[in-house]
Amino acid sequence: MELSVLIFLGSGLFLGWSLGANDAANVFGTAVGTRMVKFSTAAIVCSVFVILGAVISGAGTTETLGKLGAINKLPAAFMAALAAAMTVYLMTKRSLPVSTSQAIVGAIIGWNLFSGSPTDAQVLTKIAITWVACPLLAGLIAVPLFMLVRRILRAANLHILRLDAYTRFALIIAGAMGAYSLGANNIANVVGVFVPASPFTDFTVLGWFNFSSAQQLFLLGALAIAIGVFTYSKHVMMTVGQNLVSLSPVAAWVVVVSHSIVLFVFASKGLEALLSDAGLPTIPLVPVSSSQAVVGAIVGLGLMRGRQSIQWSVLGAIAVGWVITPFCAALIAYIGLFVLQNVLNLVVY
Amino acid sequence: MSFAISKTPSLFGRTKELEGQIDEFLDIVTQTGLLFNRAIDIYLDKGPCEDFEELLSKASEVETRADTLRRDIENKLYVQTLIPDLRGDVLMLLENVDNIINRYEANLFRFSIQSPDIPAEFNQGFRKLTEQVIHSVESLVSASRAFFRDTNSVRDHVRKVLFFESEADRISTKLQRKIFASNLDLSRKRHLQYFIENIDEVANSAEDVADELAIYAIKRII
Repeated sequence: MELSVLIFLGSGLFLGWSLGANDAANVFGTAVGTRMVKFSTAAIVCSVFVILGAVISGAGTTETLGKLGAINKLPAAFMAALAAAMTVYLMTKRSLPVSTSQAIVGAIIGWNLFSGSPTDAQVLTKIAITWVACPLLAGLIAVPLFMLVRRILRAANLHILRLDAYTRFALIIAGAMGAYSLGANNIANVVGVFVPASPFTDFTVLGWFNFSSAQQLFLLGALAIAIGVFTYSKHVMMTVGQNLVSLSPVAAWVVVVSHSIVLFVFASKGLEALLSDAGLPTIPLVPVSSSQAVVGAIVGLGLMRGRQSIQWSVLGAIAVGWVITPFCAALIAYIGLFVLQNVLNLVVY
Repeated sequence: MSFAISKTPSLFGRTKELEGQIDEFLDIVTQTGLLFNRAIDIYLDKGPCEDFEELLSKASEVETRADTLRRDIENKLYVQTLIPDLRGDVLMLLENVDNIINRYEANLFRFSIQSPDIPAEFNQGFRKLTEQVIHSVESLVSASRAFFRDTNSVRDHVRKVLFFESEADRISTKLQRKIFASNLDLSRKRHLQYFIENIDEVANSAEDVADELAIYAIKRII
């Protein structure tokens, strides 16, 4: 592989690394932060399942991003991923909640504008609706799930230590589910823009498993996520754990499971086919924000407990993020593409 | 056709062992209460005697066992980082309950060292007081077991502790009035009062622990 290809892929891999560093905390943050699960256990489980999720189920959301804008040149894909990564960095630096999903969509629109490609309004609307639906759905899943779990636990009368042991085990299983869903749903953010311009070729492993060029990209992106998990997520996990101390370990489990279900629902081609076969309306496969799913679930549990102290400012900031993040990423991508085309003389569409 | 049952994973195995240790610790509280009751009964019947000393030595033995168990449980809770959210509460509960075992033992030592001369007319009062004190501690043991297994019933047991404690207070006051109204020397009256107050103090401690337990239970409700 040419060195230039690796350099171009670098921006996507950096985006993957930052996703691993930040979003792994949504899956294992509470468990590790409250010392219910060891960081090493969390990191290994998270990495393995992110990779599996990305390679096995990553195609669905990638297709949706492809429909929004098929970036067909490697330098342009590089710039889109870089614009998304820069947006994430800038927003994080200003302590604004940011989603990689929203950043990459903005960057793709930036490329569409620059290259004069039309932006499919229908696809864009579908994506925007999904973003709003994601935290809502997480909250709607969390509330009945919590009530069910509470009822079961009350009936079971488990010893405090037994419950502790079961909760640890359940947190690891939920974390594995969460990591798989994260890989499946969010790999499109990391390397999705590189798929139409993939430098890889399909090959068959041992004569039966077809390893497509997209899957090779997904594997590479997932490895970047795994490196992010191992190198930087511990700090974030400890912070999340300490910020959410008011959640009992069981409530934390409910939050992780709700988050995982939402991410899975918006990534699963199998579920889409199942609904379609049954003549039911299908759920769009769209990369959504893992952090917003977690916030949605926590707010749902908070409302259920009748707390009046929901921090509306946090919800407001998320709504602002829905608008600012894509706009910012689109602007950076547009300027970046201009520089690549006119200063570095690279073909970007 | 039979299937081999897979070995319990170590996490669950360790948990089971620790559950057993906590149960044993609470069993010791009950056992010390029974020894205390029997020892006071014998003392009131026969005064200082060998049987009483034997019961005291048994109470000392189980108290030492309780201390060892408590330290081992605390150590495991910390080393294995178990129940991180409730560990502080559990440790406090175990230490406070252990303190009640110590109070039982200390009372018996007081009888052994000071050999108070209790006139027979007050025996009934001492017996009733001891009975209520033991009931209050027994209810605390039930409340503690409920805290570990059935949080919703903690409240019921706590209420019983409070009831028996106030009964013990009532009997203690009545007994002291009777003693101070008698013709005994003031020094003997004060001596008996000292013993009554110390026995009653066991129920007071049980009440304090029960109050804390009620709060721990609220925190535990998921």
